[in-house]
Amino acid sequence: MIPAKFDYERPSSLSEAISLLSSGGPDARPIAGGHSLLPLMRLRLSRPTLLVDIGGLSDLRYVREDGDHLAIGALATHDDLARSAELLDRCALIPCVAEQIGDPQVRHRGTIGGSVAHADPASDLPAALMVLDAEIIAHGSNGPRTVLATDFFQGPFMSALEPDEILTEIRVPARDGWGSSYQKFQRRAQDWAIVGVTALIESGDGITGAAIGLTNMGGTPLRATAVEQALVGSSDPDGVAAAAAKVAEIGTPPADENASSEYRLHLAEVLIKRAVAEALS
Amino acid sequence: MKPISVNVNGFQHEADVEPRTLLVHFLREQIGLTGTNIGCDTSSCGACTVLMNGRSVKACTVLAVQADGQSITTVEGLAENGEWHAVQRAFHEAHGLQCGFCTPGMMMASVSYLKENPSPSEGEVRLALEGNLCRCTGYHNIVKAVLTAAEEMADASAG
Repeated sequence: MIPAKFDYERPSSLSEAISLLSSGGPDARPIAGGHSLLPLMRLRLSRPTLLVDIGGLSDLRYVREDGDHLAIGALATHDDLARSAELLDRCALIPCVAEQIGDPQVRHRGTIGGSVAHADPASDLPAALMVLDAEIIAHGSNGPRTVLATDFFQGPFMSALEPDEILTEIRVPARDGWGSSYQKFQRRAQDWAIVGVTALIESGDGITGAAIGLTNMGGTPLRATAVEQALVGSSDPDGVAAAAAKVAEIGTPPADENASSEYRLHLAEVLIKRAVAEALS
Repeated sequence: MKPISVNVNGFQHEADVEPRTLLVHFLREQIGLTGTNIGCDTSSCGACTVLMNGRSVKACTVLAVQADGQSITTVEGLAENGEWHAVQRAFHEAHGLQCGFCTPGMMMASVSYLKENPSPSEGEVRLALEGNLCRCTGYHNIVKAVLTAAEEMADASAG
């Protein structure tokens, strides 16, 4: 399967990339690793007229500590995230999720910027950015702006990015001492998550802080806020189980060929219990 | 058409390609290296796995223009001076194949992985090959082959 025809440019700077996107019209798209876009283009579900390849802008590939935050360049690959000493040390949730994305070949090419900009509700990283209260930085013709992860994801494959904007950096707060887990339910290795649960837990005498993210339980990644509130203060498996049951308060998740709404809620409840247990261990 | 210059198995290739040409088609049809197979064409099966700058990628999900200036290794480039690579020998010795269609991709994924983790456990090998499907389901000997290759490479480097 071969994509429909398109023009291709490889800019040597971010500003050149933005001006190419601005002049390229609504069907111009940036590409880096291409592991979200190329599969859609081969199926001709996506037919951009111009690809602006930012894969060579190597100054956008980094993970660095910035005070009480970590700054992740858009071109950091999933493999970079999985191995980053800075992230493993101060925000282990990101490597924990990244190492479960796709397969090794996909992780060698796919980038965090591409994956997040693609805004696929079944994608693994977006829910992690939601629970981390991440900030997403985009550059466009009017300069840079910052969007909170909670405002960034607007619907299936819809984000707050304007057509001429390029996602350049993701900033996450350090979560020193927090436990983390990503539980991904799939039928086969390398499948998309039928349901995914991301947990970030702070504990002392019982659970003192909790953030729970849900993948593929709606058109965007979600926070299970009722579960989070119920988890704080609980200290035994019964308390965690009672809190997990509150996932039903998110409403009715989507049904598709992999799972009915009821089954998705069941999976989410089970996966929350597993995720909290792992994050506490 | 876009001009590209790609190093494939140590040889520099200059070519004009349509931007939509996938790397796997460039390798097979323009350079004539047909060892890299096309299986699913949906980034799932890993039959088209090659090394890009030493690391495994699926050549059906890379544009040929994105390989411009990069270095690609295909299964044809594994042997050196007429000597099979340890991974090739191990797949032969442990019979890590049935029909053979997935084999080039399995070997390239294994070569990439053993550079990252030279002494993996059986479980780690299985996880490392999650991006490669064998529809004969001959995984048992494939995993054995990768473990054999790891031992052989460790012995060789110990000298």
